[in-house]
Amino acid sequence: MEYQAKELFAKHGVATTLGVVVETAEDARAAAEQLGGVTVVKAQVKAGGRGKAGGVKLAKTPDEAFEHASAILGMEIKGLTVNRVLITPATPPVEEYYFSFLLDRSNRSYLCIASVEGGVEIEEVAKTNPEAVRQIPINALVGVDAAKAAEIVDDAKFPAALRDQAIEMVQKLWEVFVEEDATLVEVNPLARLEGDRLEALDGKVSLDDNASEVRHEDHEEFVIRDEADPLEAKAKDLGLNYVKLDGEIGIIGNGAGLVMSTLDVVAYAGENHGGVKPANFLDIGGGANAQVMANGLDVILNDPQVKAVFVNVFGGITACDEVANGIVGALEILGDGASKPLVVRLDGNNVEEGRRILNEANHPLVTLVATMDGAADKVAELANA
Amino acid sequence: MAIYLNSDSKIIVQGMTGGMGAKHTTLMVESGADIVGGVNARKAGTTVNLGGKDLPVFADVAQAMKETGANVSVAFVPPAFTKDACIEAIDAEIPLLVVITEGVPVQDSAEVWAYLDGKSTRMIGPNCPGIISPGLSLAGITPHTIAGAGPIGLVSKSGTLTYQMMHELRDFGFTTAIGIGGDPVIGTTHIDALEAFENDPDTKAIVMIGEIGGDAEERAAAYIKDHVTKPVVGYVAGFTAPEGKTMGHAGAIVSGSSGTAQAKKEALEAAGVRVGKTPSETAELMRAILKEL
Repeated sequence: MEYQAKELFAKHGVATTLGVVVETAEDARAAAEQLGGVTVVKAQVKAGGRGKAGGVKLAKTPDEAFEHASAILGMEIKGLTVNRVLITPATPPVEEYYFSFLLDRSNRSYLCIASVEGGVEIEEVAKTNPEAVRQIPINALVGVDAAKAAEIVDDAKFPAALRDQAIEMVQKLWEVFVEEDATLVEVNPLARLEGDRLEALDGKVSLDDNASEVRHEDHEEFVIRDEADPLEAKAKDLGLNYVKLDGEIGIIGNGAGLVMSTLDVVAYAGENHGGVKPANFLDIGGGANAQVMANGLDVILNDPQVKAVFVNVFGGITACDEVANGIVGALEILGDGASKPLVVRLDGNNVEEGRRILNEANHPLVTLVATMDGAADKVAELANA
Repeated sequence: MAIYLNSDSKIIVQGMTGGMGAKHTTLMVESGADIVGGVNARKAGTTVNLGGKDLPVFADVAQAMKETGANVSVAFVPPAFTKDACIEAIDAEIPLLVVITEGVPVQDSAEVWAYLDGKSTRMIGPNCPGIISPGLSLAGITPHTIAGAGPIGLVSKSGTLTYQMMHELRDFGFTTAIGIGGDPVIGTTHIDALEAFENDPDTKAIVMIGEIGGDAEERAAAYIKDHVTKPVVGYVAGFTAPEGKTMGHAGAIVSGSSGTAQAKKEALEAAGVRVGKTPSETAELMRAILKEL
């Protein structure tokens, strides 16, 4: 979110105004009083187009800040509920620029995008005047030193009066990108203020989850839980890779690719059964022991929309007998909590033993189906019953 | 014949003495792959018995190559140390480096990719199941029991979909199956594998599996149109994935109109690739092609 991006900017010495983050309209009034003068009330959600959605308002007085905050808090922007607003001093820019560093997947390297024509309408500029949006590749081993920063600033044609400031800011933004392990550091708008001061008025930082896990324990503080769906929050606490969707069929599988494929196959099968759809994505990974399976089933069975569950496992690393024991164990752990039909498809490593275990357990809720397509059809039928 | 990995492949394992490393070294030995040793600086000079084979542990990749003639390294080192392990292997000029490790920081992968520029090493991964040439060798975690040798070449972003597709087409078998990994920055791409399969006389047809995110499939489609004469069948996972949500793989996220499964399918079909809606339908398309050949 914007205020978090600004905290990271400030940490690395990038010129920005932090403002005050509040969660109530009363606190918004107090913040505006404290800041004095004209303020801006800005919705804090992880989404673009906040201004167009009515989530950014100018307040001339603390009372106006109260009114705007009342209207903005609780508002939905691109499906996200606004739970906090940022109050900042209104600093009308003389000019607006665009600046970002990002991971360039196609070239497996980094890219700097800069434009002095830019600002918030950068996408429009990129269409009408692409030459004005400079794209400067960055070698991942060399990075951005003073000379490279100067090359970027000159290439983007920053005004001479701002050149030294811009070079310094580019280096500091690079510091944010590298030291925080970001995949995107975006300043939009990068503003030229009265008196030729350069400041990051708004920004966005995307952090690499892998890197946060490995070497940035402090990034945990940036995780906002109240935006997430409650089932997603619960799954996250259990260490599960779960995404809530809008359907009736709970899905559990191993491996992201196979689970995505399962969603597709189930959606196609649903077309023949009243249009039932997948209720979630859940990848339990390679090691599907009883506890992980129980945690996964627990989350899915707590989804009131779910009417039937499809467990689709291809035993690669994990043997199917372990998976089968996991399912039987999970149903024991859950006891009466397990109340919806389960369709299970097992294949791969040690599949005969896995199927034998499930057949022997003969659990009334479990139906074993031999193929992925057959199982998808069966679960769609059960969910539509 | 096969691509990248064959019966001449002599394999060392970086991180052989760790949990994952030991488990999968055992499975690789059992599959018949020629595993010749491992690397762990702290345990150099010792010997480990895995899968009934005594395997020497060396101080570094260069020493292991000198002593054993190894030409492939499989890395199971933890994500925090993966970059250094890759650089060590690249400096030793190992011809093939297969990085299994999941969760590597993407900036580390980007640095390794930049470091590979002008070097002789081919890297597969990270975050991948590795490569198997059934009956010849295995460098990675793909179960060797799924399918045997045959005329199909397979390249996939996803591990379990690699297994699923090998299982579906086990009646025909494979020259080589490569899981290239779903991370945003990877070494070997769909295009690299397509080029190698095109040049491999034993590969008669190719299955390409993609998933949402990035533009690798679109670029592969353009490559196929201009450079691949062998029949290619495609599958893309994630048609029903909603936009803007990450589906497990760091790479599997759709933002805006590009990177959707539909866009990828259309690009592949425009290049003459027959694309299946499901893994089983994809396998059927491949079967029809192989029966005609």
